[in-house]
Formats: sequence, structure tokens, C-alpha cells
Amino acid sequence: PSIHPFSSAYPGPGRGGSSLSKDAQTSLSPDTSSSSSGGIFSSLRHDDLKEMLDSNKDSLKLEAMKRIVAMIARGKNASDLFPAVVKNVACKNIEVCNEYSFILCFLFYLLHFIIYFEQQDLALLSISTFQRGLKDPNQLIRASALRVLSSIRVTIIVPIMMLAIKEAASDMSPYVRKTAAHAIPKLYSLDPEQKDQLIEVIEKLLADKTTLVAGSVVMAFEEVCLERIDLIHKNYRKLCNLLIDVEEWGQVVIINMLTRYARTQFLNPNINKTFYGSDEDEDEDEEEKEKKAEVAAMAKRKPYVMDPDHRLLLRNTKPLLQSRNAAVVMAVAQLYFHLAPKAEVGVIAKALVRLLRSHSEVQYVVLQNVATMTIKRRGMFEPYLKSFYIRSTDPTQIKVLKLEVLTNLANETNISTILREFQTYIKSMDKDFVAQAIGRCATNIGEVRDTCLNGLVQLLSNRDELVVAESVVVIKKLLQMQPEKHSDIIKHMAKLTDNIQVPMARASILWLIGEYCEHVPKIAPDVLRKMAKSFTNEEDIVKLQIINLAAKLYLTNSKQTKLLTQYVLNLAKYDQNYDIRDRARFIRQLIVPTEKSGALSKYAKKLFLALKPAPVLESTFKDRDHFQLGSLSHLLNAKAGGYQELPDWPEAAPDPSVRNVEVKESVRAVGTVTYRDTGAPWALQGPQKLEGSSCPRSDSASGSEGSSSSEGSGSGSRSEETEEGSESEEKEEDKEEKDKKKKKKEFKKPVQESERWQTLLFVKLVNNALPPPSPQTIAPSSALKTYELLHRITGEGLSVEYCFSRQPFSPDANMVAVQMEFTNNTTSDTKNLHMEEVKLQSGMRVKEFPEIELLPAGETATAVMGIDFCDSTQAANFQLCTNTRKFFVSIQPPVGELMRPVFLTENEFKKEQGQLMGMNEITEKLTLGVKCRNEHAIVQRVTAAANLSRVPCGSDKECRFAGRTVTSGSLVLVTVATRDEGAAQLMVNCEKMVIGTMLVKDILLALTQ
Amino acid sequence: MIHSLFLVNASGDIFLEKHWKSVVSRSVCDYFFEAQERATEPENVPPVISTPHHYLISVLRHRIYFVAVIQSEVPPLFVIEFLHRVVDTFQDYFGVCTEAAIKDNVVVVYELLEEMLDNGFPLATESNILKELIKPPTILRTMVNTITGSTNVGEQLPTGQLSVVPWRRTGVKYTNNEAYFDVVEEIDAIIDKSGSTITAEIQGVIDACVKLTGMPDLTLSFMNPRLLDDVSFHPCVRFKRWEAERILSFIPPDGNFRLLSYHVSSQNLVAIPVYVKHNITFREGSSQGRFDLTLGPKQTMGKAVESVLVSSQLPRGVLNASLNPSQGTYTFDPVTKLLTWDVGKINPQKLPSLKGTMSLQAGASKPDENPTINIQFKIQQMAISGLKVNRLDMYGEKYKPFKGIKYMTKAGKFQDLPTQ
Repeated sequence: PSIHPFSSAYPGPGRGGSSLSKDAQTSLSPDTSSSSSGGIFSSLRHDDLKEMLDSNKDSLKLEAMKRIVAMIARGKNASDLFPAVVKNVACKNIEVCNEYSFILCFLFYLLHFIIYFEQQDLALLSISTFQRGLKDPNQLIRASALRVLSSIRVTIIVPIMMLAIKEAASDMSPYVRKTAAHAIPKLYSLDPEQKDQLIEVIEKLLADKTTLVAGSVVMAFEEVCLERIDLIHKNYRKLCNLLIDVEEWGQVVIINMLTRYARTQFLNPNINKTFYGSDEDEDEDEEEKEKKAEVAAMAKRKPYVMDPDHRLLLRNTKPLLQSRNAAVVMAVAQLYFHLAPKAEVGVIAKALVRLLRSHSEVQYVVLQNVATMTIKRRGMFEPYLKSFYIRSTDPTQIKVLKLEVLTNLANETNISTILREFQTYIKSMDKDFVAQAIGRCATNIGEVRDTCLNGLVQLLSNRDELVVAESVVVIKKLLQMQPEKHSDIIKHMAKLTDNIQVPMARASILWLIGEYCEHVPKIAPDVLRKMAKSFTNEEDIVKLQIINLAAKLYLTNSKQTKLLTQYVLNLAKYDQNYDIRDRARFIRQLIVPTEKSGALSKYAKKLFLALKPAPVLESTFKDRDHFQLGSLSHLLNAKAGGYQELPDWPEAAPDPSVRNVEVKESVRAVGTVTYRDTGAPWALQGPQKLEGSSCPRSDSASGSEGSSSSEGSGSGSRSEETEEGSESEEKEEDKEEKDKKKKKKEFKKPVQESERWQTLLFVKLVNNALPPPSPQTIAPSSALKTYELLHRITGEGLSVEYCFSRQPFSPDANMVAVQMEFTNNTTSDTKNLHMEEVKLQSGMRVKEFPEIELLPAGETATAVMGIDFCDSTQAANFQLCTNTRKFFVSIQPPVGELMRPVFLTENEFKKEQGQLMGMNEITEKLTLGVKCRNEHAIVQRVTAAANLSRVPCGSDKECRFAGRTVTSGSLVLVTVATRDEGAAQLMVNCEKMVIGTMLVKDILLALTQ
Repeated sequence: MIHSLFLVNASGDIFLEKHWKSVVSRSVCDYFFEAQERATEPENVPPVISTPHHYLISVLRHRIYFVAVIQSEVPPLFVIEFLHRVVDTFQDYFGVCTEAAIKDNVVVVYELLEEMLDNGFPLATESNILKELIKPPTILRTMVNTITGSTNVGEQLPTGQLSVVPWRRTGVKYTNNEAYFDVVEEIDAIIDKSGSTITAEIQGVIDACVKLTGMPDLTLSFMNPRLLDDVSFHPCVRFKRWEAERILSFIPPDGNFRLLSYHVSSQNLVAIPVYVKHNITFREGSSQGRFDLTLGPKQTMGKAVESVLVSSQLPRGVLNASLNPSQGTYTFDPVTKLLTWDVGKINPQKLPSLKGTMSLQAGASKPDENPTINIQFKIQQMAISGLKVNRLDMYGEKYKPFKGIKYMTKAGKFQDLPTQ
């Protein structure tokens, strides 16, 4: 053990006395606080801890563990306790201890040793414990055991690890499956040979429908088998649809992966834009335009239609711009930037600007990306110009980036505002950057060049030398564009050489004077004279420019400067810097005519005084967008390790049908047609379809699962998929054909009495002869359950019962009809029965029943009232009044009464179900009660429990029901799938999760009794 | 992804380190220290530093640098956001996030870090889930454990992560069911010398403290939801419902959380609740400068402006200031040249003012920069954007909760630009 993790932070071991949780200290000998780590004390303490570990009490063991962890944290060596821990804690059944923090401590301890001391072999001692832990009934223990096991880096356990991962990948608990996904990269880095097997596991986990797993498995995919893009095809639509429910970190990973995927599979949505010349990139050069025009011409022949899957991705990621997590917002922003048609990219601007209010680190990263985007798509951020104004409290790096963005955003219309803003900055903040920014504005926008130049010249009189220097450099570049106009500025600058000391600025001034010496014929030789005097004390960069100036003057005005030049060249000849000596020698040969001088010296003047092209002041963010935005590489403007290039758009789109979700081979053989083939509007139906029937686990994979613990669930889901397969088969068929087949199926079956209505209904629908019958006829009226509102004793002879009549309440369609039956059991008449003082939860409403004026003795009367329960099971409280008495009563609806039946076809049902996935879907396994194993009983029980109507279904193993909640009209879909021997699966899809949950309970109860 | 984490305090000591994959020598932090030395201000340390073998991504919170070590390409925001989440979690657990608190709770810190990252990839970051797995230390529990000598052994293992609602723990029970919502708005504004607004925007949040039994399903509606066109949500909010009906519908996490944050941009007219009249002049050749500043309320809808604090960074040449406040107290730090004036509450009848002279370094020339004036204030019971909650309804549970809503407006980055 050579590394002591905390040694430098804790110079003396005594300092950490207070850091152990207080409870640990009190129950134990006091030596932790005063542990001077002197031999005797520490060994005593270790003995103590060993004793505690040996004890029978879980609490003592836990204490010992916590103290060991605290010791490690404080940088003390606890390695000699390792055997004791392994012996006493690991060999004990972890499942016995039921304190998670115990497991965590143990986990941490082991990981610590595995990571720090590489005592891998010792860790092997505890392997049997983990293997037992992997079979534990508690999912957290299974997950923890897998986490530790996969962290041990000893090659001999690779097979054990592989087995454990495979088993965990088919675990019932999504949490364990998630951990399995995390373990995959660990095993891969330990033994890359396992890649093929791991890819199988990844393939299987990619098919997982749970949102918890999706992010982690994509992460594993990225680390292990990035190139196997074919694995994504089948899961693409599912991933898109699940995205919104995946946890934040997973979203980032998935979006980044899908960006690259989309770049390989879809066509560039912007190719035919240029052809119409509507909005071109401002900085496009001719060549590119031509190329684009060609492509566009091609595109015109074959008009671009966005792949529906491409659209699906854009549509499903857009809401995530509203995420609270900046990383998610950025991921979506880069996706839109790289994939969306130009017209749609604008939506990301607002979200990115919002991020500018976050922590400064977030701002830093976002501004870097905005800077790149503003170069390509300036218009996008123009409305948010003011959000990039600098505040005096901004850290310098943020200021610089904001200036960069402001400069990029400058154009003819807003330049005056921006310049005014810049002028305020000059007065108060990091001025040198401002000068650069002004210079860039000046070069980009010709109209304001003079204004900018004047501003910069004003800066020359600033007292801060850095500002002056920076201004000089910028002015030099500006002047180069039109020197003849500005000889007075050059003169002004020549004077500056006396004061200004910053080498870069001095060099710039000298270059300017040399270059334009004909504009300042009198001053230039004088400057050279001064410079020759101070030559030896100048910086190298200045010396080079002095030589340069001397050479140019010699060529133009040799009379005045011949001697000076020779003096300078002589000084340079003996300079310490070889570069300067070289330059001097070279220039001397070139300009001073000797008898041996070659052909070149004839051209000296041309060489030195050639017209130089004006420099382009460019943003450092130009062309950074070849890196994927939001990536580390983009931020650093250099390829980081493991960076994946963003692929170019393909010339022609690869076969889009690869993303179609497979149906079973046998079915395909029958001659089914996909939506895409028939040209049906895929965008409408595609996604829903895939949700219902996606992720067929490959048969071979599920067949090879040897896990005992998950066998039950495995087989369950397999049979479920079989059914799904057969359903999608029907979906694929032509509507007519399917209906015919359905009809046949329906008729083939022995028509049971209870089902007659349904069959009839179906026939009617198929023939389109009649409109669907009103739903009430569907609900079996015999099932109406009555509830007691007022008992005859408490009601002093008046008893009231009520039932939910399941009739539409005509005065208000959003109300549930409650039918009440009043019985007068007394011997006298009751008068003026009415209700008062309705107390309701907010949002609820009641339509009172009309007053019953007289209820004679022994008679019964009925009345109907309506209650809008707002789709909740809150009770409606009110008073029932007679002429003499008042009774407090309340009506509470069972959840099943909060809906009304709707009629859906099988197709509609599947489509709707596909939209209510994820959290809106609740699945329960159950064993049907002995009495309700047939379809008839199931239908009866379900419709009794909830006011739903049956949806026709091709499979006789499934019963489907549909309804809408009364108030909000949210769909409620119920599916009961039966299996052998009374096993069944109940699935409820409902947008209102609460209703869904409660409904599941009620139906479960009804079906299991 | 995240390889290791180092915690560095203000004096440049590493006081905690945690590794997830393998040990990275702490010498990697030398690159960070270099950058720290170069930076003039603590917040000027670049968040991303490239070293020959690793990349360091850091955040600065509570004067502690959280430095994550990265080995390969990963979105930088991913790491930054995660580090901030770690800090938030610490704060949630220990009340504060200081070096002392972290050292005192080192075991819990390790447990948390172990649970939040697995092999460098985030595992559980939702506070509700973490709290179920790892109990936060409380004074009460520590005391009970001290007296009885017991620990928390015997409690049930959490069912964690099983729930269909991943952000809410299961089995929540309260005797008093309460739901409180705080609408807090901050105004960021830059006012120029003539008193006109250069930019003004409102950054608002709705923080919630929900203590409700069971699985309540809440809906929150606004009188004027149109104001909220730029919002970000807690993952619990049903986005579709918001799109369609402009109603916040959600199953809340248990305890404190930020339901949404919103941004009212400068395109909308933003009311500015205070104004400042100031006249700060230096004369060439004179060693004296004049300082005159008056504050007043404006567009406050009759609500009092409280806790007003004015601060200004005076130019370097100022040696001292002798000022006379009409109310409150002022301090001038001759080293940092920071002038702060604690005004308190603004009385509209008698406007607070601060007048006097500043003495300048003899012989120094007139400072060419004029100080920016930063203002802080609070206004209770008002959301300056005019946002109003209409109603809060609860479904799915039968009890009647106590509901409360509070509004507050604060100054965010509220600056008055220099006089000329």
C-alpha cells in the first residue's frame, strides 16, 4: 500500500477526531479522538475494531465498519483489518443485515481496497458472498453485489462476472438491470476478449422497455461497441419515444448517440434550401455554393422529404429544451444545430439564453457553444442581443466570451448599439479585449470602419498601457485596409514609440511606418534613428521590425538612411539571437549592392514593398463546428481522447426499413405489408405501432438464460411478446382484410350469451349500417352495486341508498349520475326532502336533485343527482334535509365509476395504448380467482368494477376495455391477458397515474376473489 | 466518465478525494493549482483545464473547488451539472456545504458519492431516492443514538427505485399535511446614467416544500400563465399538460424542491422598483471627490422596499470616504475600496441619501473610471412580473392539505452604470 489518500490534507492524524459520526465515538473507547497513531494506540484500536467485527451484534459490526471507513477517509492505513472484515462481514449472509448503510460501508470498503491497494486476491475471498448476494430477494443487495463483483479486477473471475452480468441483465428489477449495464464497460476494460458476449448482453438490454435502464445501456453501448450501429436500428423509435421519461443523465447520453446515428441514416434537411436562395449562410464561398447548387439540382429532381424517423427524433427531443438540467438542454441544442432544418433551429436560442442565468461554469460552456453557433447562424441569437451584455460582476472569461458573441452578432443594423455598449466597457473593464472586439466589428462592417478607428485612436491616449498596445495592434490591421487616408494616424502612432513599451505594439508601429513610409517621409527616418539608438535593448520581435524598417527605408530613401541601415545591420550581425543574425545577413545580401549580388537584389524593392493583402480579423470560433457542439473537444478546440467524429450526411439515405420493428418470420411469410410499403402516413402511425410491438428479445438470447430467479418473469414476458407479435401481424394487414378475418374469428367462436352484444356491435360496425350503440347498453345493468347513504336507524326511519347508474347525466356531461332511493320506514310522512350545505373539494361541483316534497310513510322514491368529482375519489359531503331533521352524509365514488365507456376499434386501442407508455402504464401479474377463469366472467367482473366498454380483440386470450374519465376525458385502457392455469396479466394505461393505480387495485380485487 | 473527484479549499489544499475507477495521483491537481495561481479572482479559474493525460473540470461553490478528473470525451456540461448536483445534495444533507461539514460527515459523504456514481456514471441523484438509501444525519438521531447506544440497524431496507414515480419515495406519512410554494423573483437590470433601463429581466423560481402523505397528484394553475413562456421544469411536471392547458400537473417529490424556474425577458416591460440618483465627481488636480447618492421607490405597488444594501467599488485612487448617511450605516474598506451602505427600509416620505467627500491620493490623476453601483433589496408579498397563482388542487388522496403561497421580489444583479 503505497498511496495514502488523505495524508497531505491531514498533516497530523489527531485532527480528524471530530469527523467520525458522533454516535460512533460515544459507544466506543475514546481512542479515536486522540489517536496519535503511536504504535500502541493504533494497534489497540485495531484490536478493538477486530473485536467489534467479531461480535454478534449487527450494530457493533456496523459501527466498526463506519469507523474503518472514516479511518480510510482520513488517510490511515486500515489494510491489516481487511482479513477481519472479509471474515466477519463478508462471510456472514448479507441478506441478514437489513441496513443499507451497512452494505454501502462494506461496498465502499471493498471498493477502496480494490481500487487503492489492488488487493484483488483478498477480495476473491469474499466472492462467494457476492455470488450469494446476487440471488438475494432484495434488489438493492443484488445490485450492490454486482457492483462490487464487477469492480474486482482479476482476470480469473471474468467468467463469473460474465455469468453474473448475464443473469442480472434478465433480472426482474430494472434497478439491477441498470447495474448490469454499468458493469458491462467494467468487464470490457478488464478483458476486451469478451466483447462478443457483451454485445449480446447489450443487445438484450437495448431491447429493455424500462426508462431506468435505457440511459445506462446506451452508455455501455458507447463504450463497448460504438461501431455496431445496427443494434440501434430496431430500438431507434423506442428510444425516441422513451426519451422524455428517461432520467436526466441517460437523456444526455442517448441524445448524443442519436445525433450521430441520425447523421449516418438520414439526409441533410438543408440541401435544397440554397437552390431557392432563401437563406444562405453568409460566409459561404462560391465554390461551396456551386457544389450546393449541384446537390440542390439533384434534390430538385427528387424532392427532399424528411424521413419520418428524423422528424420523430426532432419532435421528441424538443420538450427537453425545458429541462432543468443544463446538460440536457445543451444536448438537445446541439442535436437541433446538427440535424434540424434551418428554419427550425431557432427554437434552441431561447433555451440557451436561459442557461446564461445559471452557474458561471455553465455560462462558460454555453457561451463557447453560442459563439460557434453565432458564426454559422447569426440571426438566431440576434433577438437576444441584450442578454449578452456584460456585467461588471462577470468573471473575466465570461466577459471575453460575451464580447466574442456580441462581435459575432454585430451587423449594419445593430452596430451602433453594440459600439455604444463597447464604449461603456472601455471605461470600466478589461479594456484590451474590447479593443479587439471593436477592431473585429470594424473589419466586418465597412460602414462603421471610420467610427471604430476614431474610437480606437481615442484609446491611444488611455493611461493603461495594455489598452494602448492592444489598440495599436488593432489599428495596424485596420489601417492596412486603406492607409492613404490615414497618414495623420500613422504620424500620431509614430510619436507613441517614445512612450509605449509593450513589444507587440512597438513592433506593430514600426511595421506600419516601414510599410507606409512614403506617407510619412519625414518622420520615418527619425523613428529609425531613435530605434537604432535603443536597438540593443529591444525585444527580439521589435528588433526584427527595426531591421525590416531599415531595409524598407534604405530602398525608398537611401540617401538619408544608408548609414543608419548599415549601423543597424551591424548591430544585428552580432546579436545573440540567431534568427536576428540570419535576418540581418539575408537582408544585407538583398539590398546592399555588391559585385557578387545575385539576380534577386534587382527585385528587392518588389520583394519588400509589395502590396500586402489586408489581414482578416477572424473569430477564433470560426470552423469550430466541425466538432460536435457541446463536446469536450469542441470546448478545447482539440480532439479529446475517445472523441467520435460527427459523421457527414450520407449522399443517399440508407434503407429506412431497418428501423421497422420485426414481426415474426412465419407471419411475414403470409405476405404482410408494412405501412411504409403501402405508403400510408407513417408519421401518424409508425411510432405508436412500434411501442406496442417493439423490442422482441431474440429468441436465442432468452432461451439461453439460465437464471433461476428470473425464470418466471422471463417466460411471462416471452409469451406476452408472442401475442404482441400476432397483434402486430394483424396491424400490418389491410383494414378490410383484417376486418373480414376478425369477423370470421368472432363467428367461429361459440357465441356466448354475454358476448352477443359485442359481436353484434362488431358486425354493425363493420357493415357501417348503424352508428355505435350508446354505451349504456354495454354496461351490464345487473352489476350495479348499491351503497348505503343513510341507515334507517341513524336516519330515524328514513333510509337512503344510492348507486352509480352509469347513465349519462343530461344536465352536465361532466358529472357522474348518482341515483338515490329514499325509503320512508316511519309511520308518518316525510316532507321537503332536499340537500343543503354541500361541502366539496376544490374543483368539484354538484347538481342537486330536485326537492321531493312528500314521501308518504312506507313509500319509496328515487331521485338522480350529478356530481363532478374532478376525476378524484374525494367524497362529496352534504346535508340531507327534511322539514324536521338534517343528516350529514357523504358520497364517495369507487374509482371505476369516474369513467364512462367509449367505443374503440382494435386499431384505435393499440394506437392510444402506444401513446400511454412509460409511467402511464401499470402492469400487474395476478392469479385469477377460481370462478372467473373464463372470458365471460372476466368481462363481467371488470365491467362491474369499472364503467368501461369492451374493445373487440382478435385474440381470445385477451380482453380489452376502454373508457374515458368523466371530467377530463382522459383515456383509460385496460387489458387482461390470460395465461395457463389462471395466471393472468393486467395492464392499465391511463394518463392519470393516480386513477390508473387505483383502478388496478380495484380490478385486481375483482378478478382474484 | 468521471474518474476521480478532488475537493480543494480556498487555500489550495486537497481535503477529500474519491476515485471510482482507479487511483489518479493527486499530483494531477498541480495543473489546477497553476491555473488557480494565474487567476486574479477565485472565479476566474477556467472550468475546463486540459493536462497531458487528463482533463480537469471544476466548479466553485461555497469557496470549495470540486475538481473532477476526466480521461476521455464527455460533454463538459454533463460533468459540471453533476458536480453542482453533488453540492446541492451535500447542502441538502448537512444544511451547509463547508469544508468543516464535509469533514464532520465524511462517512456519509463517501456513502453519497458511492451511491451517486457507479463506475463514473451517475446512478442515483434524486434527493428522495438518496435519502431513502442513506439517512441524513440529524441532531435528534445522533442524540438518541448517543443515549441508547444504538444505531439505525433494524430499519427496513428501502424498496428504492421500484416506484413508478422515480423522484418520490414511497410510504410517505405526515400528521400535518402541508404544501407551501414560494414564488421568488429576481430582477436583473442595468440602468444607465440617465436613469433609463438598458436591460431588465426577471428570473423567477417556484420553490416548493411539500409534505403530503401518500401519492398526491397536484395541479397548480396560474391567473396569467402567459407570462411563463420561458420555463424549465422539475422532471415531475407533466409537459404535455402544460403545453395543452398551461397547468402544472405533477406528483411532487417529498420535501423541498424547485418546481420550475422561469425567465421573463427584456422584451416584456419590466417594472423597476427603485431608482437611484447619484452624483460622484472627481476633479482634476484636486485631492477631493464629491459623493452624493439618493434612493427612492418606484413602481412598487404600495409594498415596502426592505433590506436595501448599496455597494460600490470605488476607484483605486480613493484613500478614504467621509460620508453622512441619512439612515443606516456605511462602511468603506480602504484595502478593497469597497463601499457598502446598509440602508434598511426605504421610507417614501423621507428618502435615504448618502452624501460627503472622498479623499484621493495626493498627486494621483483623476480616476478615469466611475464606480458602478450595485443595489440589493427585497419586496415581500409581491412578484414583480405580476405572476399570480390561481389555485392548487390535490387528487389521489383523501385528506385536506394545508396550502400556502408566498411571493417575494429580490434584486438579482441590479446595477447602475457610472455617471460621466
